[in-house]
Amino acid sequence: MITKRIIPCLDVKNGRVVKGVNFGGLNDVSDPVELARFYNASGADELVFYDITASYEGRALFTDILRRVASEIFIPLTVGGGINTLEDFDRVLKCGADKVSVNSGAIKNPALITEAAKKYGDQCVVLSADVKRVDGVFRVFAKGGRENTGMEAIEWIKRCVSMGAGEVVVNSIDTDGVKQGFDIEMLRAVCDAVNVPVIASGGAGCVNDFVRLFKEVPDVDAGLAASVFHFGEIKIPDLKRDLHANSINVRLVK
Amino acid sequence: MIAIVDYGVGNLFSLVSSLRRIGADAKVTGNAEEILNADKIILPGVGAFEDAIKKLRSAGLDKTLKEAAAQGKDIMGICLGMQLLFEKSYEYGEHEGLGLLRGSVVPMEGYIPEGLKVPHIGWNGLHFTRKHGLFRYITEGECVYFVHSYFACDCEDSLIATAEYGKELTAAVAKDNVMGCQFHPEKSGDAGLSILKAFCEGVEK
Repeated sequence: MITKRIIPCLDVKNGRVVKGVNFGGLNDVSDPVELARFYNASGADELVFYDITASYEGRALFTDILRRVASEIFIPLTVGGGINTLEDFDRVLKCGADKVSVNSGAIKNPALITEAAKKYGDQCVVLSADVKRVDGVFRVFAKGGRENTGMEAIEWIKRCVSMGAGEVVVNSIDTDGVKQGFDIEMLRAVCDAVNVPVIASGGAGCVNDFVRLFKEVPDVDAGLAASVFHFGEIKIPDLKRDLHANSINVRLVK
Repeated sequence: MIAIVDYGVGNLFSLVSSLRRIGADAKVTGNAEEILNADKIILPGVGAFEDAIKKLRSAGLDKTLKEAAAQGKDIMGICLGMQLLFEKSYEYGEHEGLGLLRGSVVPMEGYIPEGLKVPHIGWNGLHFTRKHGLFRYITEGECVYFVHSYFACDCEDSLIATAEYGKELTAAVAKDNVMGCQFHPEKSGDAGLSILKAFCEGVEK
């Protein structure tokens, strides 16, 4: 049976992981390569790297890091941040990424999804959507969640999937950073609307939030988080043990 | 030397890195002579069957692979590379494969129960249907990483492992010197590296 995936997300700026990382036993806590190694050994099922640098030099550093990670970590790697063209897809895929996530790039130019899916396959194109309730309606936000696009989120996600997005990351701005659990209602709405894997993001504060996620939204395929993993508030081996104990199928690493 | 067959399909970065990691001397090549002189051959592939088999043929590498197989050289197909080893595929039409293994490749849709997502993406456990040297470093139930919408069927004579996704789907095959994995060993963590290692060291037929 297919397992539920646990995915740590690393925001990388100028070659370093940002959002303060606080681990025991690591020499350099903000070194993305060392963190990737740590997560791989902990049993992470996939890693997401977001490039949040704007400069050309930062971008070159990012691809260099990606290449180093992909040379020694043999689990799926997804890359996002600043993906606006097919050349951007090409640049990160050549460095060892398996999937590429598009967010603002797809909002600016939805055809990017179709072009990329045709060239690299649906499985390679991940739609990342930042969603927030506005007057009771799910709306898509752009620019890292700062700008309301006015688009209704479920329609947007359905449209992107029909254009070729093979996976969807749903980041609830409403629950992000609050650490009170994932946005069950929003995730249910997305899972009911599409038939591709859905990755939940935003709101994980404790192990039980993941148990609730997979119990209450059985169609969700994966749970993604950043700081709770980086700060060691949730340890992936413990998380997987608890999920397993709750009859949720996960990959257990020896 | 392990020859990784280069015919312009897919991204070989991770495959090359994973082989380097286990200490194998791997070379990406589309040169027939080099492929025939290699100790072992890996046939990778992602994308569509028709496009891939056409590219193999136009490079003349279909003949090279058949010749290598006839010589008894170990060949391992990965993902679409495994599917190419079979007689036929019904992915968007009907296409002839290399015919090194008996069986055909068919869509998952309509075969697996409705409601399950296609493609089958993610980590799934291996069920061994036959004892095989490729698995000598891993145990029953270990998870490997799949990404596919089509699967091999009517291949009972080569089937060595399945994965359950609503139904048992072909996960790995081996018949004499011709082997294949539907999953990506180069993306399957330590379990995947162990399978590659077993292949590179050689398996008993």
